[in-house]
Amino acid sequence: MTEPLLSVRNLAVEFPTRHGILTAVQDISFDIMPGEVLGMVGESGAGKSMTGAAIIGLIEPPGRIARGEIWLRDQRIDNLPPEKMRKIRGRHIGMIFQDPLTSLNPLYRISDQLIETIRTHLPVSRDEARKRAVKLLDDVGIPDASRRIDDYPHQFSGGMRQRVVIALALCAGPELVIADEPTTALDVSVQAQIIEVMKELCAEHGAAIMLVTHDMGVIAEAADRVAVMYAGRLAEIGPVRDVIKDARHPYSQGLMGAIPRLGESLERLVHIPGSMPRLNAVPPGCPFNPRCPKVFDKCRTHRPATSEIEPGRRAACWLYPGVTEA
Amino acid sequence: MLAFIIRRLAQSVLVMLFVALIAFIVFRYVGDPITAMVGVETRLEDQEIMRERLGLNDPVIVQFLRFIGNAMRGEFGISYRLQQPVTELILSRLPATLELAFASATIALVFGLVLGVYTALRPRSFGSAIIMAASLVGVSLPTFLIGIALIYIFAVELGWFPSFGRGQVVDLGSWRTGLLTESGIRSIILPAITLSLFQLTLIMRLVRAEMLEVLRTEYIRFAKARGLTQRAINFGHALKNTLVPVITITGLQLGSVIAFAIVTETVFQWPGVGSLFIVSVQVVDVPVMAAYLMFIALVFVLINLIVDILYYVVDPRLRVDGGGAGK
Ligand SMILES: Nc1ncnc2c1ncn2[C@@H]1O[C@H](COP(=O)(O)OP(=O)(O)OP(=O)(O)O)[C@@H](O)[C@H]1O
Ligand code: SF4
Ligand SMILES: [Mg+2]
Repeated sequence: MTEPLLSVRNLAVEFPTRHGILTAVQDISFDIMPGEVLGMVGESGAGKSMTGAAIIGLIEPPGRIARGEIWLRDQRIDNLPPEKMRKIRGRHIGMIFQDPLTSLNPLYRISDQLIETIRTHLPVSRDEARKRAVKLLDDVGIPDASRRIDDYPHQFSGGMRQRVVIALALCAGPELVIADEPTTALDVSVQAQIIEVMKELCAEHGAAIMLVTHDMGVIAEAADRVAVMYAGRLAEIGPVRDVIKDARHPYSQGLMGAIPRLGESLERLVHIPGSMPRLNAVPPGCPFNPRCPKVFDKCRTHRPATSEIEPGRRAACWLYPGVTEA
Repeated sequence: MLAFIIRRLAQSVLVMLFVALIAFIVFRYVGDPITAMVGVETRLEDQEIMRERLGLNDPVIVQFLRFIGNAMRGEFGISYRLQQPVTELILSRLPATLELAFASATIALVFGLVLGVYTALRPRSFGSAIIMAASLVGVSLPTFLIGIALIYIFAVELGWFPSFGRGQVVDLGSWRTGLLTESGIRSIILPAITLSLFQLTLIMRLVRAEMLEVLRTEYIRFAKARGLTQRAINFGHALKNTLVPVITITGLQLGSVIAFAIVTETVFQWPGVGSLFIVSVQVVDVPVMAAYLMFIALVFVLINLIVDILYYVVDPRLRVDGGGAGK
């Protein structure tokens, strides 16, 4: 068996607030294999972005990783000194943000942003870096890349800018790219293309992707495995086809029951009554119990841990034997 | 670019015309020019002849146009008090004011930037707390108090710097500079600090606020996510974006440095345009007052223009060079 590229073990992220500690992410564990695409879904506030931020070491204080470990191959990275972690960002773990209109520095030419990033991580000359940058822009589908590279971000359309962002995230050759809703801010007409470009390029570079999205269509299309988050916890994780066809956790069953076509937003289609609890009001027992159609007594008092229910599949639900208490 | 400059130039001309109108009203209607010039003993008939000869009986609009025409040739008449052409008077005082303004603007800019960046990058440090507290004092104390305090401490008590005047000056043709002699340099330090403090705190607070704002933006987060060094992020990406709005305000502040110099020049008996203006107001030397008004307006308008062009140069989004499929 191959070694996982990334291993998240019992991760918890907390925010100290005036009204006590908010736990945004609680006891999450999962692996990402080299070159794999892990989809991550869940309602707004479920903790998807926070998990991504924890992995790349960019949780804004006062938020912090309270418990757990994150391993990149055989290096533990959740407690690295800032300078060591900086060298991992970009070089080993890249990130693509949601809004390409705001994620590029408006005062820097595309070439400068690319070359700067490449040369921060790799010992190459400016010329070599530039060649590499042009090639990348070409690969992400910017027409006339060798000329457009010296343009400023505002001279590109939204979709083109997201292509530039993808090039920037990949330019130092990371093995993992965290893409946090990379198409949400884009026009529906270009969303599919962007996902396609990202997936293709990552495959070409051998990079794994953690793909956060609200779009089940995208997950079905692009992901190898999917993780479903609910109230800061992992409700279910497994191979994408299995989960779509035969979801085990009642929450994921609700989600999968209404897989929209590509481009349609999950939010509007969730047909589970009620809404996700606020972080400071997660009920005892299973966090999903107030909304769960299959709720029974144990659910209200005992919290299920995300446990293996069959090889390669895990879920946090008392309906399945072998699920332990958290 | 050209259209932009032309538009800004047209605006500048409008502003100058408006100020000229005010200056003209001051010039023409504050006191009676004839009595001011010749004194009350002159016979009424003679006064009437002078009035006619100076065109003071012409329609107002003609007088105004003549005023503008003269102003454009740099003619503002003769100072009542010193019996010297006003323009000559102002030009002879100008180097002192400009050198003072330049020195204090430099102090304000350098320290404002450094302190602003420092307090933005280390918002929770002890040093920042002290700087922020001190800056509150800086904006709230009136200039003349600061000036007097500095004079008391550094001139009277410690005797490090002279308390007034410009020290020894060197004549460079039409420019008399105090920056080439030791006594001149020592003389400029206290007034320059006094004049700079207000702008310094303003610039510092502005830089700090802007920088904090920029540090929260998504592109800074993305820069961090790409593993750029702290230095490249803070002093490259963040600082550059901070400077765009700061340039405008700072540039405009330069104008006020020259205008505010009035108080500082008076406190330190600095022989500049500002103290000339104060004395002129005291004796109602109207031509000097009108000319000073025009001069300050010109300074503001020019600085404004330069700032706009600079802004344009720094921020690529304002340039309309297109370059392919822009959005
Ligand atoms: N600075 C903060 N202080 C306190 N709580 C925070 C802070 N930032 C985020 N949170 C909380 O952390 C939780 C997880 O947020 P996260 O951004 O990871 O959600 P998400 O799943 O990415 O949602 P979305 O789909 O809206 O992006 C949210 O409930 C949010 O309220
Ligand atoms: S544990 Fe109970 S409440 Fe929770 S999802 Fe399973 S059945 Fe529903
Ligand atoms: Mg999010």
